[in-house]
Amino acid sequence: MPQDTLMLFALAALLLPLLGFTLMIFFGKKLPKQGDWLETAMITAALLCAIIVLAQKLLNYPHETLALNFTWVDFNTVPGIGPLKIVLGFSIDNLAAIMLVVVTLISTLVHYFSVGYMHGDVRYSRYFAYLGLFSFSMLIIVLANNLFLLYVGWELVGICSYLLIGHWYEKKSASNAGIKAFVVNRIGDFGFLVGILLIYATFHTFGLQEIFDGIKAGQLPNGSEWWLTAAGVLIFCGAVGKSAQFPLHVWLPDAMEGPTPVSALIHAATMVAAGVYLVARTFPLMTADALMVIAYIGAITAFISATIAIAQNDIKKVLAYSTISQLGYMVMGLGVGAYTAGFFHLVTHAMFKAGLFLGSGSVIHAMHQALHHQGDHHTDAQDIRNMGGLREKMPITFWTFVVYTLAISGVPLTSGFLSKDEILAGTLAFGGLTGHALIPVIGFLVAGMTAFYMFRIVILAFMGEHKDARRFEHVRESPRVMTVPLVILAVLSFFIFYSFNPFSAASGWIAHAVERPESVVPAHMAAASRGLFEDTLHHTHLTAMLLSLLVAGCGILIAFMTYHWKRVNADMIAEKYKGLHSFLLHKWYFDELYNGVVVGGTLAVTNAMRWFDNTIIDGIVNAMGGITRVTSFVSGKFDNVVIDGAVNMTAYLSGFLGLVLRKLQTGKVQTYIVFAVFSVMIFYFVFRLV
Amino acid sequence: MSSLPTFWNEFTAWLPHVQLAHFLIVSAILFALGLYGIVTRKNAILVLMGVELVLNAANINLIAFSRYSTLRLDGQVAAIFVIILAACEAAIALAIVLNIYHRFRTINVDEVSNLKE
Repeated sequence: MPQDTLMLFALAALLLPLLGFTLMIFFGKKLPKQGDWLETAMITAALLCAIIVLAQKLLNYPHETLALNFTWVDFNTVPGIGPLKIVLGFSIDNLAAIMLVVVTLISTLVHYFSVGYMHGDVRYSRYFAYLGLFSFSMLIIVLANNLFLLYVGWELVGICSYLLIGHWYEKKSASNAGIKAFVVNRIGDFGFLVGILLIYATFHTFGLQEIFDGIKAGQLPNGSEWWLTAAGVLIFCGAVGKSAQFPLHVWLPDAMEGPTPVSALIHAATMVAAGVYLVARTFPLMTADALMVIAYIGAITAFISATIAIAQNDIKKVLAYSTISQLGYMVMGLGVGAYTAGFFHLVTHAMFKAGLFLGSGSVIHAMHQALHHQGDHHTDAQDIRNMGGLREKMPITFWTFVVYTLAISGVPLTSGFLSKDEILAGTLAFGGLTGHALIPVIGFLVAGMTAFYMFRIVILAFMGEHKDARRFEHVRESPRVMTVPLVILAVLSFFIFYSFNPFSAASGWIAHAVERPESVVPAHMAAASRGLFEDTLHHTHLTAMLLSLLVAGCGILIAFMTYHWKRVNADMIAEKYKGLHSFLLHKWYFDELYNGVVVGGTLAVTNAMRWFDNTIIDGIVNAMGGITRVTSFVSGKFDNVVIDGAVNMTAYLSGFLGLVLRKLQTGKVQTYIVFAVFSVMIFYFVFRLV
Repeated sequence: MSSLPTFWNEFTAWLPHVQLAHFLIVSAILFALGLYGIVTRKNAILVLMGVELVLNAANINLIAFSRYSTLRLDGQVAAIFVIILAACEAAIALAIVLNIYHRFRTINVDEVSNLKE
């Protein structure tokens, strides 16, 4: 297949969901069955296109990058900026091709699952429209070969997450969660934007390849090596927001307010993967210092969220924190230089995490139906303490869930084992090369905790006795449209799809297809080169494998001892270390801290501003008003009293005189004659005297 | 002023020698009486009678001035003229009074004050 045709298929995969969205948002409600089949067909077609692209790419062009560039806008020379020409483009390398399939595959399965899960929802057609837009936005990020288009997709993903998390916006907590996700992401996006501008100011291009070439040729942002590290860290800021890394991870657990399939989509394929994908894309320009920051952020995130996940009781919350933890793994993997492993974990995690969320969706769906049947609206359908024994009633959900759990715990023969093992080996190699021993320690610790809390869910939700026998009778397995995606994802969680050797991914096709790109930064700033790193990796691989098996085994064993065989009393331990337990239960008080510092600080500043406004500004304005009022009052009084007084006095005087003089006019002729006579007499005397 | 007996003596000495002043004094008394009648009477007829007295006082003046001056009969002519005028006046005035009586059923001048205010 020629390259152009391949590109066309990729563009079809990109644009079909957009077409679906456009049709759905305008005509969705009028279509039969509210158009769910339309959007689902679109995304399925996109999946087929993506599979064709991947197959052709790997078979025919394994080492080439297909690109399609076009000038979007050309402003010629802009004063103060220089030549401003924005070239947009798409490119397909192996990374993008694999990601294309992962995104469309997960999205397709989520679509099918949603047909069952969202049945009878208030905004059914709009939900599917947004799913399409979400897939489209993510595919833009995947295919973009320049930071400009990437940022467009980045923001589109942000708005889609807002729309879908707040899908049930009548619920206050849901609309709040949507706003929180959006705002927290904005913080990271701001750093990303500054990073993009910083790079553009030096290189005058958004194209990633051009930027890498520029750095290779010795150009540095602002001519300083520090700025290069800063640019890398700033771009990583975007990933911190989108991939829910510490300290911006707080939005992700709240995002559970959205419909469960959306959680699956966000957590597996679209939103959180974007951050990891961005780091993978911009990997060549990361300096050793920037990678160190990335590795530590990833490790801290993985550790914090794993500890929180242990104490949570809401099934979706546990999964949410496990997602953050696994994202921390991926970021840590990229940070330590285990590029392939980090990306590999993104792919495998997408499969089993989507499965876990859809599985939990299936459980919640069943619990809801059962509770609804009983007319019980108080019991929390998502609390694992209200479940138990679901294994008998929901066998498909149970067995698929077990497969995912084994995968995420890193048990051999699963995909998770392969990718996690690679990352852990990478951290060991990193520790050996740089002496930062904390990172591998955290890596293994988190692996153990992951196994523990995942099996805790399985045991509490599916095994043992159900909490309420009457409710239990009404629990039913979910319909076929929901269980089929679960089975597909479970099958995809086995090693065979990624590598024929169940104990090493090194011989698998992903390891061949996705190789760590050479760094373009000046040699003395670069991290350990690929050759050196892989040599070290070779030595640590066996140790890492044995250690990870050991910690995963320990985690699983402790989970069974605590929750299944009840050798250890979990409640008693929680009681004993009450402070620690509530610390974990309240998620390290991150929300409270941010509420206090960020929200409270903002409120304090705005309150101060309001005080200033109310007191000083309004004071001045009011004083002005007061002065004007006093002046006009005086002026008014002068007018009323003096001017009007003079006028009135004249009138009164005339009136008074008239009043007096009218007495003279009696209407009696005789009086007049008397007056006349006397007047004549007076005049006579007066004039005679004069 | 000199004492009353002196005045009386002078008056009795003056009175027999008729001259202009005597006429003027009679005329003045007549005028004053007429004026008094005009001012004090309420009856319109009586007021008219007062007016006649005033007119005649004027006639006396005219004739007296004519007699004691170089004028010849000018004063007498004027007096006759006034008498004719008074006759006309009386005729018209009495007609008015009759009309007033017709209208107001009274000839009291005080009550016929419709023009006031």
